[in-house]
Amino acid sequence: MSYIKKPVARHPKLKVNSLGLTVRDYEGSMSTLCAGCGHDGVTAALIQAFFELEVEPHRLAKLSGIGCSSKTPSYFVSEAHGFNAVHGRMPSVAAGANAAHRDLLYVGISGDGDSLSIGLGQFCHAIRRNVNMLYILENNGVYGLTKGQFSASADIGSTSKGGVVNRQGPIDPVNTALSLGATFVARSFSGDKDQLVPIMKSGLRHNGFAFVDVISPCVTFNDHQGSTKSYAHTRSHMHEVIETDFVPLRSEITTEYSEGSMQSVTMHDGSVVKLHKVAGEYDPTDRRAVLDYLVDVGSRGEIATGLLYLEEAGDDMHGFENTVDEPLVEIPFADLCPGSKALEEVQKEWW
Amino acid sequence: MHPTDTRDPQYYHRVVDCQWACPAHTNVPEYIRLIADGKYTESYMLNRESNVFPGILGRTCDRPCEPACRRTRIEDEPVAICRLKRVAADLRGDIDHLLPKAAAEKNGKRVALIGAGPASLTVANDLVPLGYHCTIFEALPKPGGLMRTNIPSFRLPVEVLEEEMDMILDMGVEVHYNHRIDSMKELLDEGDFDAFFIGTGAPKGKELNIPGRTEGSANIHIGIEWLESIHFEHIDSVGERVLVIGVGNTAMDCCRSSKRLGGKDIKVMARKSRPYFKASPWELEDAEAEEVEILIDHSPQCFVIEDGRLKGMVFDLVEWEENETGRLVSTKHGETFIPADDVLLAIGQDNAFPWVERDIGIEFGEWDMPVVDRATFMTTREGVFTGGDAAWGPENIIWAVEHGHQAAVSIHNYCQGIPITDRPPYGMNLVSTKMGIHEWRYSNDYDPVLRTEMRYADLEKRLSDMKIEAELGFDLKETVREVERCLNCDIQTDFTGNLCIECDACIDVCPVTCLTITHNGEEDDLRQRLMAPADNMDQAIFASESLPQTGRIMVKDEDLCIHCGLCAERCPTAAWDMMQSDLLIPYAGHESWPKTAITASTTLV
Repeated sequence: MSYIKKPVARHPKLKVNSLGLTVRDYEGSMSTLCAGCGHDGVTAALIQAFFELEVEPHRLAKLSGIGCSSKTPSYFVSEAHGFNAVHGRMPSVAAGANAAHRDLLYVGISGDGDSLSIGLGQFCHAIRRNVNMLYILENNGVYGLTKGQFSASADIGSTSKGGVVNRQGPIDPVNTALSLGATFVARSFSGDKDQLVPIMKSGLRHNGFAFVDVISPCVTFNDHQGSTKSYAHTRSHMHEVIETDFVPLRSEITTEYSEGSMQSVTMHDGSVVKLHKVAGEYDPTDRRAVLDYLVDVGSRGEIATGLLYLEEAGDDMHGFENTVDEPLVEIPFADLCPGSKALEEVQKEWW
Repeated sequence: MHPTDTRDPQYYHRVVDCQWACPAHTNVPEYIRLIADGKYTESYMLNRESNVFPGILGRTCDRPCEPACRRTRIEDEPVAICRLKRVAADLRGDIDHLLPKAAAEKNGKRVALIGAGPASLTVANDLVPLGYHCTIFEALPKPGGLMRTNIPSFRLPVEVLEEEMDMILDMGVEVHYNHRIDSMKELLDEGDFDAFFIGTGAPKGKELNIPGRTEGSANIHIGIEWLESIHFEHIDSVGERVLVIGVGNTAMDCCRSSKRLGGKDIKVMARKSRPYFKASPWELEDAEAEEVEILIDHSPQCFVIEDGRLKGMVFDLVEWEENETGRLVSTKHGETFIPADDVLLAIGQDNAFPWVERDIGIEFGEWDMPVVDRATFMTTREGVFTGGDAAWGPENIIWAVEHGHQAAVSIHNYCQGIPITDRPPYGMNLVSTKMGIHEWRYSNDYDPVLRTEMRYADLEKRLSDMKIEAELGFDLKETVREVERCLNCDIQTDFTGNLCIECDACIDVCPVTCLTITHNGEEDDLRQRLMAPADNMDQAIFASESLPQTGRIMVKDEDLCIHCGLCAERCPTAAWDMMQSDLLIPYAGHESWPKTAITASTTLV
């Protein structure tokens, strides 16, 4: 842990976005995670995404549970709203917050312990409800805070730092999310910001639950030979299926891809996500085909990455519930809860 | 790009902007750290090693280091390097036991030094401890050259000047005062000396030959001669209205001296506008603080003489514009008369070598200046060397000191039969500053405080006495504040590529966006592909060897690095380390260093 704060000195030629902010204005406090933690890479990618999307800090809500991953909301956008929930319970807090104030941008940060063990039920139901949020699972295969026990995402045959071999099968969060009907499913790597940043930007603009599984190596307890979630293993086994390019609303499309290899998806707000298929015949809008493909790739020990599945047309939680467009928090309390007299009037209908 | 060779002493030297810009390569960050530790004596001695006159230079240096300071690229104002040097000189303890001593036995070689200015004194400083017998010939009754005669004592107290010169002279230098050398030929022919050093400066003030100059000569003075007369107390007053022609540092000394000799209405007359002034900005400020008026765009036309007495001057009022070749051209749009009792000419200095015969093998070239080798400081006559203002025209004290060091190397080689082109190499020590898991042997935190202002003696009081030093110097509180502004540019971010796992932690934490991992390419291309473009071509970019996992390279733009050490703190494999680079500067008679760095790292490579 560094003893000094990050110096205020900055590069005088940093780009400034339309809000007059530089990328450094989206930072939080200094990370207290281990030096080299993948999670800090994810934080940096998020900061970049917020800067590029010109997010107003006070329009952002960041939520997390418990674990190394769940400490990271402190390390970005100090001016945003924040909630550090009970272990595994971030999804329901996020759902509640979103129900009350649908106009904020919600980012949930979780880990493999938080989402796949104690919070697995919560995770699944947030997907079913299609809560409009970006949900990031920082996946390192171990419990770092408790010194490196296997988590529920550890692969069969991978070894702990002490040499113990894991024999229990993993829960694959991507396959789980797909099978539960998630509408935005991606997998990426903390050491590859070129891939991560456009995925995060697309996820922030997705109308519904945007799930990103990020392989985020635990540099202290799971970066050895024998680990399948180390920097070296992820780099040598990572296999990019889809290259994502996020084109904000009213921007010129500049990246060119050969015909047939590209699919465009227009997002809820009019921005466009361009999906360039690196791996031949792959349809990121065909859920069953994607699942088949992932099972096949996974059985070879390869890690398929990219924005793997995207479906923009469906309803989110507010759509299902048919709620009003105006955020509930902005409706005067007297209108939200008109009192017992009004209730009696309503009940008269059934008398 | 090829991987950067950081073991070449010059690579890290260049990162230390102040040391790189200093002609004598004074180790600024280390002396500032020593001051921060309260080790004033050590700081003074470290200064003395390279610049010989820390007390003098701490007050009078032209400060090439300060505009170079990295801090000017992060914020506006550089670290007050020069004034901190004065702190070390003012607060140091007894140094008698630390000063170089004359060799116990003379080596039998005799060196003649002509002129007792900073260049000659530096040569003596370097050669006497090696056993040389040095003899100085000085035209004036006291040593110091222009340091004494040109710099008024309200800027440089005589005691400070004399104490530092005595450190050299007291080693046992033979000095002949009031001994002007009128013939180089005679001196050479005497056959008493093995080598000669000409350190006679640029002692001739430039003339302004416009109408009225001769008639008014009683009240028209050459600036440097006038300052010298004040120093030797031949002049103790000046008229009420004084015009100073020229706007260099000598002009500043002239106008401020006038203020102290009874001048009331002092005007400095400049032909051009402020951006073209030759004077250092701080000297301009000091003069203006003393209520000296500076008038721009006034070009001298003539002196006005009535009844054989100077009445004033007529100036052309001019405007300047760049012509198509980029040269400034003036157009006159009027003229004006400005009354004056005295006029001081401070428009530059010339060299003068009437005493060097032209048939003794010392060739003269352009501008009637001797032909001198830039590296060896030898004239075209073997065994005759030169340095300081005498070599290539007016510079400043710190250049004279460096010339002296280099000439001493040559003289030593020459007398020992070593080719003078065999210059001893620079070396470097490179030692990790790691003290604990995230602790370093230097204050790595960035302090955003602005440059500490200097305090001055009360205006009325200081104008009443030529000898009252204008600047008060930093007190302890100001010193503590100012030392923390130094960015410790000599504590290098040293990278070991084969340890890197490309986790990006250093890139993410760097506050000034100077790191990038990317695919290799040509330097020009790389400079544009970094996290922030590396547009400052004066600053190097570092390129690592190929990294183990992806074959990409680590690139660092040295331009804005504030040496906070966070890259090393956030590095899980200690691929980054904060290492102090100590430039080993060769002086005459020093043994040479190993060509590669002597390293002591915390990491096993």
